[in-house]
Amino acid sequence: MAVFSKSKRKAQVSLRDCVACGCCVKACPMAAIRIVKGVFAEVDATKCVGCGRCVKECPAAVVAIAEVPA
Amino acid sequence: MKKNWYDNLWIVSLIYLLLGFFNILFAWAGLFCFFIPLVVSVAGGGKIYCNRYCGRGQLFALFGGRFGLSRKKNPPKFLKSRWFRYGFLIFFFTMFFLMLWNTWLVFAGARELRQVVKLLWTFKLPWHWAYHAASVKPWVAQFAFGFYSVMLTSTVLGFITMLLFKPRSWCVYCPIGTMTQLICKAKCGKM
Ligand code: SF4
Ligand code: SF4
Ligand code: SF4
Repeated sequence: MAVFSKSKRKAQVSLRDCVACGCCVKACPMAAIRIVKGVFAEVDATKCVGCGRCVKECPAAVVAIAEVPA
Repeated sequence: MKKNWYDNLWIVSLIYLLLGFFNILFAWAGLFCFFIPLVVSVAGGGKIYCNRYCGRGQLFALFGGRFGLSRKKNPPKFLKSRWFRYGFLIFFFTMFFLMLWNTWLVFAGARELRQVVKLLWTFKLPWHWAYHAASVKPWVAQFAFGFYSVMLTSTVLGFITMLLFKPRSWCVYCPIGTMTQLICKAKCGKM
């Protein structure tokens, strides 16, 4: 996984529209997402490797992969 | 990823739907998946029901994901908009209370038991073969028919949006999911 962890691409959730269904949590191979208080999904940027699986899974299409400064 | 026992709860949902074809009275059991998520949210468990235990969500994930029955496209914007989600919630509960009202009418003797399952609040499907009569009061059966209609309708809607969009698209506008999230929002003052 060392190769991936250099990536600066991280998943970002649009909190306002997240329905907190948890599909992304199940899809994430790095266990980088959790649902906060049943309201929205939160990505732990230190764990996220930017693989985009959560983006594919999210039924509300509220996750995107964005370049973030390392 | 490690499988947990609760990852198999889709089996329960499937059995529930099938049982309704044999004996409508099993529909009563569906009250559990109505009240458990709400009670859990009120008790501070967040949306753990959706996130972990909901068999229906798993069923869509299975059929749409593993079995590849979903186009896996993003849903149209309106589906996740607040007015649609809250609007659907209101519509759903209006229909739900109408169903309770019909049950009441049968209970009060103002109306005969109707042995039909109403699909999508419109289509009356004859369902008498799943009613083996007499052993229960008519209103008990009426509620079962009504409740099963709700469950079947939501499954059909969920299945359609599963086919068209992402597997668990239903979870975007599922009234139970919307309501548990609302409860959670209210609890942490994020309305
Ligand atoms: S899958 Fe999408 S809508 Fe569901 S919790 Fe994750 S980010 Fe939110
Ligand atoms: S991009 Fe990949 S690693 Fe990052 S949160 Fe999404 S699924 Fe997890
Ligand atoms: S949103 Fe509805 S269908 Fe989806 S997991 Fe929650 S209760 Fe189940």
